[in-house]
Amino acid sequence: MNYSFHFAPVINRLDQLLSGLVTTIWISAVAIILGFMLGLAGAFAIRSRWRWLRIFLTAYVEVIRNTPLLSQLFFIYFGLPALGIRLDALSAAMIALVVNLGAYTTEIVRGGLDAVPAGQTDAGLALGLTRTQVFFLVVLKPALKIMFPALAGQFTLLMLATSILSQIGVEDLFHMASLIDSATYRSFEVYAVTCGFYLALAVGFRALFALLYWLLFSESAPIQVPPSIATS
Amino acid sequence: MFRNFGPKEFLLLAHGLQWTLALTASAFIGSGLLGLAILLLRTGRSRLLRWSAEIWTQVVQGTPLLGHIFLVFFGLALFDIDVPRWLAATVALSIYGSAFLAEIWRGAVEAIPKGQWEASRALGMTTYHELRLVILPQALTIAIPPTVGFLVQLIKNTSLASIIGLVELSREAQLVNGATFAPFSVYLCTSALYFGLCFPLTSLSRMLERRAAHSR
Repeated sequence: MNYSFHFAPVINRLDQLLSGLVTTIWISAVAIILGFMLGLAGAFAIRSRWRWLRIFLTAYVEVIRNTPLLSQLFFIYFGLPALGIRLDALSAAMIALVVNLGAYTTEIVRGGLDAVPAGQTDAGLALGLTRTQVFFLVVLKPALKIMFPALAGQFTLLMLATSILSQIGVEDLFHMASLIDSATYRSFEVYAVTCGFYLALAVGFRALFALLYWLLFSESAPIQVPPSIATS
Repeated sequence: MFRNFGPKEFLLLAHGLQWTLALTASAFIGSGLLGLAILLLRTGRSRLLRWSAEIWTQVVQGTPLLGHIFLVFFGLALFDIDVPRWLAATVALSIYGSAFLAEIWRGAVEAIPKGQWEASRALGMTTYHELRLVILPQALTIAIPPTVGFLVQLIKNTSLASIIGLVELSREAQLVNGATFAPFSVYLCTSALYFGLCFPLTSLSRMLERRAAHSR
């Protein structure tokens, strides 16, 4: 190997990488919050009495989970204008991320809700609570606790997947990396530093989720996670 | 002028699909071998090796696959090797996959109670018979459904190889789109092809998981 590493050209452009990092963070944060809300609504609705709603949501979850995010992104950004729906890169990216995460979250939350024993619901109803009250006061919290690890994992995967947005020109961390790459030709160094940033972000995410878990669930008794949830 | 999107263009997409399948197969083998090595390190006796396997897993799972692909693609070039794109993509996907498969399989191995090992020892089984008759049948029942699930992830993730110019399904879609400028049909067909590949596997994984849950 006759190559000597030069990190200086990359370090000199650290401000560019940092501005990309900020974009990646806020896009991930917004997509996670919206995607989680969509998934929560989806899981609630997929258990509803309306058959067509259930069929529609099942189709949504399956289609999204069985196609690549890249295809979804390209379909929304390049394909939808044919129907007269023109979106700028950032809006297309956000829609793709939220729709994608919403499907995965629906599946995770549904699994978590199913794992809460039916006796809890019966007990809540027997105490005179309405179905909505039972859902929010009795079922949701223990369910959230069960699904928390799967959700945290999915959110971290989503953050890493935002690197794909660079392909339609969203100025995220990865896009900045390729700009620096083409300006300096220090490809390996640029992407190594960039991966370091993503790793730091992933570690930060993990710490944040651990803190959230502690804040939300530390006072309640541990719940046994059934293996069917733990493996999915 | 632009061509129309017709059966001929669909055949081009199908041609790309072959590369998606080939890349999935090679990356699955690579992930499996590397994942097995990581698994052995993680469950082994040496603390140093256990740590390095743990760090490998954390680093791989904490960085984007796109980063792995670029690092491998440009990294191998540093050794003055002319790397074919499919090889770079295979190596990157194998690195990515090894971390996930090692985690899945570790979970399966650890799910087997210690008593099973002790019981087979007590019956005087050799290590071969112990693994062949007692441990593996149970571990595989647990491990296979999520492994099939991982295969679906792998198929979808081969789409990222298009970014370094490997002409698999996603890249072929971009090329066909450039010639026909029918993005709606092209990307709809592409997604349908991915779905046709992934959905049966997802269903299979779910069926196996239900069956495994019943057998316990």
